[in-house]
Amino acid sequence: MARITLDGIAHAYRPNPRSDADYALKPLHLTWERGLAYALLGPSGCGKTTLLNILSGLLRPSHGRLLFDGVDVTDWPTERRNIAQVFQFPVIYDTMTVRENLAFPLRNRGVAPAAAARRVTEIAELLGLSPMLDRRARGLTPDAKQKISLGRGLVRSDVAALLLDEPLTVIDPNLKWELRSRLKAAHRALDRLMVYVTHDQTEALTFADRVVVMQDGRMLQIGTPAELFERPEHVFVGHFIGSPGMNFLPAAVTGDRAVVAGFEIPLGAAYGPLPAGVPVQLGIRPDFTALGAGPGGLPVTLERVDDLGRLRLARVRLGPHPLVARLPDGVDPATAALYLDSRRLHVYADGKRVPPPGELRQEAAA
Amino acid sequence: MNDRPFDNRAWLLVLPVLAIVLFSALLPLMTVVNYSVQDSFGNNQFFWNGIGWYRELLDPSTDLGSRFFGALWRSLLFSAIILAIEVPLGIAVALCMPRDGWRLAATLVLMALPLLVPWNVVGTIWQVFARGDIGLFGHVVNALGIDYNYTAGILSAWFTIVIMDVWHWTSLVALLCYAGLRAIPDAFYQAARIDGASRLAVFRWIELPKLRRVLVIAVLLRFMDSFMIYTEPFVVTGGGPGNATTMLSIDLVKLALGQFDLGKAAAMSIVFNLIILAVCWVFYTVMTALDAEKQAEGPAKGAE
Amino acid sequence: MARRITLGLYLLFLALPLYWLINMSFKTNEEITGALTLWPRNPTTANFVRIFTDPSWYMGYVNSLEYVVLNTVISISLALPAAYAFSRYRFLGDKHLFFWLLSNRMAPPAVFALPFFNLYSAVGLFDTPWAVALAHCLFNVPLAVWILEGFMSGVPREIDETAQLDGYSFPRFFFRIFLPLIGNGVGVAAFFCFMFSWVELLLARTLTTVDAKPIAAIMTRTVSAAGMDWGLLAAAGVLTLIPGALVIWFVRNQIAKGFALGRV
Repeated sequence: MARITLDGIAHAYRPNPRSDADYALKPLHLTWERGLAYALLGPSGCGKTTLLNILSGLLRPSHGRLLFDGVDVTDWPTERRNIAQVFQFPVIYDTMTVRENLAFPLRNRGVAPAAAARRVTEIAELLGLSPMLDRRARGLTPDAKQKISLGRGLVRSDVAALLLDEPLTVIDPNLKWELRSRLKAAHRALDRLMVYVTHDQTEALTFADRVVVMQDGRMLQIGTPAELFERPEHVFVGHFIGSPGMNFLPAAVTGDRAVVAGFEIPLGAAYGPLPAGVPVQLGIRPDFTALGAGPGGLPVTLERVDDLGRLRLARVRLGPHPLVARLPDGVDPATAALYLDSRRLHVYADGKRVPPPGELRQEAAA
Repeated sequence: MNDRPFDNRAWLLVLPVLAIVLFSALLPLMTVVNYSVQDSFGNNQFFWNGIGWYRELLDPSTDLGSRFFGALWRSLLFSAIILAIEVPLGIAVALCMPRDGWRLAATLVLMALPLLVPWNVVGTIWQVFARGDIGLFGHVVNALGIDYNYTAGILSAWFTIVIMDVWHWTSLVALLCYAGLRAIPDAFYQAARIDGASRLAVFRWIELPKLRRVLVIAVLLRFMDSFMIYTEPFVVTGGGPGNATTMLSIDLVKLALGQFDLGKAAAMSIVFNLIILAVCWVFYTVMTALDAEKQAEGPAKGAE
Repeated sequence: MARRITLGLYLLFLALPLYWLINMSFKTNEEITGALTLWPRNPTTANFVRIFTDPSWYMGYVNSLEYVVLNTVISISLALPAAYAFSRYRFLGDKHLFFWLLSNRMAPPAVFALPFFNLYSAVGLFDTPWAVALAHCLFNVPLAVWILEGFMSGVPREIDETAQLDGYSFPRFFFRIFLPLIGNGVGVAAFFCFMFSWVELLLARTLTTVDAKPIAAIMTRTVSAAGMDWGLLAAAGVLTLIPGALVIWFVRNQIAKGFALGRV
């Protein structure tokens, strides 16, 4: 199995959806490839769990088709789909030993005992479960239990995809890192398609090869972590990814100049005419701004300085508009002016990024 | 539960309960103990008899002893039959119950109804229902050519009180199991489907383990209540035919209130109570162990 | 489908004896002892009329309800503080005390019938609703403590601490904040006290003769009378079903949890 295709998948929980708002999931066209790890990232209620349930077969989408390797599986029940899933809290079979837990999916499918035993040993080694293989699953710690449910997902060699539904929620923060690296190692070793649902951007960005950002049942952007950081296609993505999020300033844009609160700001490219009658914003990450003492900076008023230890951030106002800027060492924030890296400036019309002329369109479903 | 602060002032809060239970449990028990070591010739004249009654009671070769052991075995047999039928049946019914909607409400109400029927009315209902002449059940069974008469046949009598108890109490087991089943998160079933588990495997590895706690409670309640059953069989069979359905409680009441044989009755009460206490202790230990286990799993439960 | 059938058969098994009782209560004695009829051919309410017009009958219901309500009130009000103590504190001998309480829930009424008779005669409560109400406390108070403790342990202790920090006195906290939180539990506990007091007969019968005689005991009078009045007996039985059916309706969503002593 290699590829999952979402062909116009959409879902409404109400029987006869009228408006857009009735859809928990708006139409999606996507193709996911084997060997990659995808993260579905978004706040609660954004439709990511709905999408996951559609993939696992718990939910039949009200529109569209789901293809596994070109085969329509929309109407297939869960057991036929050959997927594996790890849930938010550990789902284990209490009364079995760890070994029996791991062997359970194989036993149910009639895998020969010897082959099953070999496979179990292999997976246990990969996840660091070997020392506890013969213990009862019941008394183990939450992270060990979560490893077991992860192991049950990995133990079958024929799964089309491994779905992970916020698997680190109940894990102690100091153990999350370990479990995540186990997961990454397993992913590399086993070359699976993984789909990881989370609302935690750090988890998504550190784990996934591709991140799908969702909001209100809509996919806003899919891209590598670097793409999401450098070139958010949507205002929401800019806000949601990065901490603190991207700065957005209402602006008027003509050609390669933007005007914000009466100040003229040079842009990295010349823009053609923008759609009329919609709000236009300038977006820039705090990481590409700085306060400094030299000439040519924008005059700002300082609100406060946040010292994050490894860097300092100044909260300032440009005219009436608040923004966050980097504060390099040795700069007096009270008298400094604001410098923006014009190559890192993006223009947004009605919340969506306007690509500068000549930019190579990024392939959305890379 | 272990992080509760230690504070002996909590005794003050327990005091009222303690007072009333002392009054209604300990005081009467003292009387019983008192009776159990004395003999009387009527006229409220008592004299010391030591452990004489206990000796007689626990010696199967005496009249009292054989009577006591007879009733004890009958009670144990009855409890064993009841548990063997009601626990599996209760689980099966719970598995069949609807998950929501008006059907669930209707099922719950109908199932709870027998539990709220006064116990002698339960007896009355079955006394009438199982009679060959005026009862539907007895009539149908007789019409099938089976010789069934609970006032004459030992087997018929036992069959009647067993089916009556099944009618009366299986719903309790079913309701408990139903509550236990409801507490299983959907993710477990989903995981089982993903793992390709059969229906039987789901029951064996998910539902049954999760039902352990409620099953312990169900078995405890059903064992205790069936072991000391009095009213229902008394109304239906009066302990007969002969002594065939004379359970411990029935025998005890006969002895105490019927024959007013206080010493013997008191000794029997004490032994009866000690048996109950011992069984209770076993269950309590199991139950607290399961509680502690659940506590230990506390953090993982948070997300369910 | 198989599930529906299984459940349907079981419910039919539950309903049939009840139906038969109701069926009989609307028949005349001639029809009952005559040929077997599946429904009353000449429906009559005479049996019910007789019960509602004869004080020696209907007072039985009043007596029963009187001690049942008394018992429920006593049990709950005593059990509340004790359950709070068990759910919030450890104290000397708490585990043993808790077990001892449980063991009383399991105490066989047959053991207590005679000593209760002596005890309540001695204190002059014999043949009053108080005697039965107090006697039923033997198993209802422990039961209420158990159920309430289960529900109370489900309320996080942070709530108590927050209220304390906010300057609530203990009684005010208990009645204004805590009680509403465990409202369900109180309802369930009250339901079970009501139920077990309502269904018990042995103690109720032993502790009363005339003035406080419960309906259940009055019914046994008919049973032993020569020339059995089946219709009347059935009607009296039907009337004992009604209070139970009413309270079930109110707690139908909590029943299962309550039967597990609040421990599911």
